[in-house]
Amino acid sequence: MTGPAALCRHCGTPLEGGSGAEEGFCCAGCAAAHHLISAQGLDLYYRRRSLDPAAPPPRPEAEDTCAILSDHVVPLPGGEASLSLMVEGVQCGACVWLIESLLTRQPGVTWARVNLTTRRLALRFRPEGADPDTILAPVRAVGYRLVPFDPERLESEDHRRERALLRAMAVTGFAAGNVMLLSVSVWAGHAQGMGPATRGLLHWVSALVALPAVVYGLRPFAASALAALRAGRTNMDVPITIGVVLTSAMSLWETIHNGPHAYFDSAVSLLFFLLIGRYLEARARGRARNAVEHLLALDARAVLVIDPDGSRRMVPPRRVAVGQTVLVAAGERVGIDGLVTEGCSDVESGLLTGESVPVAAGPGSPLYAGTINLTAPLRLRVSAVGEETLLAGIVRMMELAEQGRARYVALAERVARWYAPVVHLTALSTFVGWSLLAGMAWQPALLIAVSVLIVTCPCALALAVPVVQVVASGRLMRRGVLVKSATALERLAEIDHVVFDKTGTLTAGRPLLCQDGGWNADDLADAAALAVRSTHPLARALAAAAPQVRPAEAVVEHPGLGLSSPDGVRLGSRAFVGVADSDEGAGPDLWLARPGRSPVCFSFADSPRSDAADTIAALGRLGLSVELLSGDRPAIAAGLARVVGITDWRGGSGPAAKVERLTALAAAGRRVLMVGDGLNDAPALAAAHVSISPANGADISRAAADLVFQGARLAPLVEAIGVARMARSLTRQNFALALGYNLLAVPLAIGGVVTPLIAAIAMSASSLLVIVNALRLTGGRR
Amino acid sequence: METLLMLIPVALILGGLGLAGFLWSLRSGQFDDMDGAAQRILFDDDDDAPPPPGHRQE
Repeated sequence: MTGPAALCRHCGTPLEGGSGAEEGFCCAGCAAAHHLISAQGLDLYYRRRSLDPAAPPPRPEAEDTCAILSDHVVPLPGGEASLSLMVEGVQCGACVWLIESLLTRQPGVTWARVNLTTRRLALRFRPEGADPDTILAPVRAVGYRLVPFDPERLESEDHRRERALLRAMAVTGFAAGNVMLLSVSVWAGHAQGMGPATRGLLHWVSALVALPAVVYGLRPFAASALAALRAGRTNMDVPITIGVVLTSAMSLWETIHNGPHAYFDSAVSLLFFLLIGRYLEARARGRARNAVEHLLALDARAVLVIDPDGSRRMVPPRRVAVGQTVLVAAGERVGIDGLVTEGCSDVESGLLTGESVPVAAGPGSPLYAGTINLTAPLRLRVSAVGEETLLAGIVRMMELAEQGRARYVALAERVARWYAPVVHLTALSTFVGWSLLAGMAWQPALLIAVSVLIVTCPCALALAVPVVQVVASGRLMRRGVLVKSATALERLAEIDHVVFDKTGTLTAGRPLLCQDGGWNADDLADAAALAVRSTHPLARALAAAAPQVRPAEAVVEHPGLGLSSPDGVRLGSRAFVGVADSDEGAGPDLWLARPGRSPVCFSFADSPRSDAADTIAALGRLGLSVELLSGDRPAIAAGLARVVGITDWRGGSGPAAKVERLTALAAAGRRVLMVGDGLNDAPALAAAHVSISPANGADISRAAADLVFQGARLAPLVEAIGVARMARSLTRQNFALALGYNLLAVPLAIGGVVTPLIAAIAMSASSLLVIVNALRLTGGRR
Repeated sequence: METLLMLIPVALILGGLGLAGFLWSLRSGQFDDMDGAAQRILFDDDDDAPPPPGHRQE
């Protein structure tokens, strides 16, 4: 069981010697979790689960987030209380089953249900019986992270709109089916000599079904059209609304006067098709947003405040006051800006500055929200919260940069801007032509003019973009790329230049030991024996390079300096081991000093993502120029640029310098894709033509980016650009198809020979053509 | 003609029942977790009770 290929029986990670390995577990937490599951008789979980190799396994963490659950408990009538939580680590149906089974066996729990789509847990329990922390303890022990959230806040406007669209779609779908059934009878009646009375009856029944459905289903379009008209613009919804209203009105008029031409079927099925497109688009966007919200919520960690009387309590970052004392444990992210009052540690500020090497922090050094405290606990005096933090300043810079992008006009809007006036002018001139020039009475002339509006009603045109968007973002979502913004794919297809951030984007964001020959296997074994005892990233990298080593005993960690063991071995900074301060190396290093031997230097480099060089090459093949824009030291940026094959690089760029560079590129007419993960990248992400952020980046950069990609590889980036370009060409084809259909149908309508049957066939055929064309993008299903 | 008078209301009522059924299932949260519903069927537990009345699942 303990061979190198053995996997932990709970979390599935490969075992690497050490305690607990004999029983088949990687750590005590996993062993406890396995016993807990077996004791409850839920072993079925291990047989049924299907773990995603790309996702982190469910692994219990020693210290979890300490969010205040009681703040989120909502009392319900009848003595029960409910709690809504986001769950991290749910991957398959077995996870859902395990969590629900564990919870329903807890005393006091009346109902527990996990939503696999949104990865949220809804819990109901009797508050007098148990407190939520006890109830949730077994789920946490198994390795799922739970974060409470406010369902009211996440029940967003978009979510309500999505539901309203689905209801409208159902109603119009029902009406479309039934009215079409009646219309087929009328059309058949034309051939078989149906009497006008029967036809009138069928028209009346159609009107009865269609008109309420039209009123109900048209609301989303009418609201958008009205808003556009009020703002002095026109969009695709204006001709849709006018077309449907006129169609219904004319059909009603015909029905009242027992005429032959009622277009109820066209009006309702048009709305039905359009609502399908709208709903699918809203749902695709909603899913992406939902996934991003999930990531954001899991990052919100509470801050441990120490009151003057020494008591400790967890407080959300926004409720901390300036001047309070806050304790930041080792390994924790700092939630506020503050000055260190007590303690010495190493701080990683990669997300904020782009620098991959941790810096030492002691009393008096300022710390910023977003940095990570690595080696020892620190006490901070809060110097800024909320709007005053450096973080908030970056957010403001980002919002400023975002305003430029708000001016982007989607292709569909550009088409609609000239389409609507052209169509309405054509209808008007048809009316004028027939009534004045050809001397027709005004009612039949008006009927012909209205039929022009009916056939030009942009059904296929309005579907051309959303259907392609839905198919494209669905395909990208399966590849782990979330499309957040409606026009992101359109903008992504236009780019000609890619700017990469370095740390965490091109690189994995953690250092790796360089095999530079400055040390031998003995040195490594001695150093790793100490390094295993530390959580410092350099020490971890060293330990990872020698996994089989036996940990040294009684190792003392000197925060900000290094490690020492009682037998005189020291591992740490240059100064700590007593090496005279000679030339500064290119990257971070650790020194090993042993009694009676000369010190050995281990140097480290932040390793590029496994497919970074391939991705850069692939981007080059797509005809894009690539640039590296890093906040790290120029020497490090240059080194990485050489490794991954980027010739154009800039180091030492702060957030403002990055925005400046992007503005300069935009001014030079370049359309730039920005790829970045850190807080320092967020303004640049907002300033770029389009931006992508990795899912493990800072929350603010994920919020600023148009697309978010998941996983350790950069390949989704190339895939996203490819899909965006295909989507663009399909959208253009769809526009061509829709306009071609209009070119054929409009002369017929102007000539006055369009009947409801022709209108129905033409409209459905063109819509279906557009949808089928868009579905060509689905290829490459997993 | 008599058949029409009968068949049209029947068609409308049946269609309307379908619509009402869909709107009801939408309101009761059956469309909230399509992925989960597809997986739940694999676990033949009986603690798969429907939500308590009045509950709106997130």
